[in-house]
Amino acid sequence: MASSAERFLAGEIFEESTSLSVADLCRICGIDERQIEELLEEGVISVTAIETSERRFSGAAVRRTRIAVRLQRDLGINLPGAALALDLLEEIEQLRRRRPV
Amino acid sequence: MEFKDYYKVMGVARDATEAQIKQAYRRLARKYHPDVSKEKDAEARFKELGEAYEVLRNPEKRAAYDQLGSGPRPGEDWRPPPDWGAGFEFTEAGPGGPQADYSDFFETLFGAARGGAGRRGGRRAAGRGEDHHARVMLDLDASLEGGSRTLTLRMPELDAEGHLVMKERTLAVQVPKGILPGQTIRLAGQGSRAGESPPGDLYIEVEFQPHPFYRLEGRDLYLDLPVTPSEAALGATVKCPTPAGAVDLKIPAGARAGTKLRLRERGMPSRPPGDLYAVPVITLPEQINEQARAAFRTLAEAQPFNPRAHLGV
Repeated sequence: MASSAERFLAGEIFEESTSLSVADLCRICGIDERQIEELLEEGVISVTAIETSERRFSGAAVRRTRIAVRLQRDLGINLPGAALALDLLEEIEQLRRRRPV
Repeated sequence: MEFKDYYKVMGVARDATEAQIKQAYRRLARKYHPDVSKEKDAEARFKELGEAYEVLRNPEKRAAYDQLGSGPRPGEDWRPPPDWGAGFEFTEAGPGGPQADYSDFFETLFGAARGGAGRRGGRRAAGRGEDHHARVMLDLDASLEGGSRTLTLRMPELDAEGHLVMKERTLAVQVPKGILPGQTIRLAGQGSRAGESPPGDLYIEVEFQPHPFYRLEGRDLYLDLPVTPSEAALGATVKCPTPAGAVDLKIPAGARAGTKLRLRERGMPSRPPGDLYAVPVITLPEQINEQARAAFRTLAEAQPFNPRAHLGV
């Protein structure tokens, strides 16, 4: 007899369970390798490990990359500006969680 | 159908220049961008704005739109003129704006000009369906207990004619225990299908509604724990809720307001687990009876002190 729990899709926490290659990150975020290099240079994302001489990223890079891409596209700002906005947004988010209004 | 006054949405005059329209868009986009704004209706406002900009920045679309005049009188229903679109050619390949779902009004006027080919979005890897991304608001308990939740997602999809339509999709999802806000649940194979090839994945970014008494800070939880004046002064062992059930917590004698009492690894059940901090809040009963008043008077006399000395008063 099937238990009801089996009908639920089991998700995994992407940020913790994942190791992504440059190609994975490009595919998931819809960007190219050149943009990955720019994101790395600007410190928006960072390499979490090197496996067999290939750079790997954690799933957390996906969210930061996607927001940086959206901010650039929608607000007409350049990558350093998007990187700054991203850092400030995270700081605001932390402060807000500490003391919800 | 509801008429959209795109000039009003952007807060510009009907004879605004291209530069003025661009400037208005930038200003409002910063204000309502869903990644930046915490305004309640930010997402809806940003969509409306993107749609308005899409029309007004494109000379052909703007000219066509201007022909409609300023819309029906309030309360009147709007219908497109029968000769709509004749003589105009919309050369731009699909919306370049930030969102995929446009209003019925926009779709009626400009939707037909946009085939499936001009579709924005992530590039499609050869032989694989597209990944989908969504954001959901969950209750904190879903993460604390790792419970299952039924989520309703709105997803853009291409219909048979290649038009973009929003489809509602309900998914029953087992929320991973200990997931933190801003983290993502990946559901393999729940994205788009592309013919016979394997489907893409679905990424669900998680945010939490405020919890009635826990505050989240990273992986740690904070809890305001009411204690009586005598518990704070004399020390006591009191019941304290934790995500894993109530525990006995020892309040040290002389606990001051704002002291953080750490309960190791009783915070978010993530890997590694967070801590729980109970912050004693000295609380008086709602009504102080005569006997207690007398006791407080005695107390005041027993140890007079000025707790405001450091404020210089």
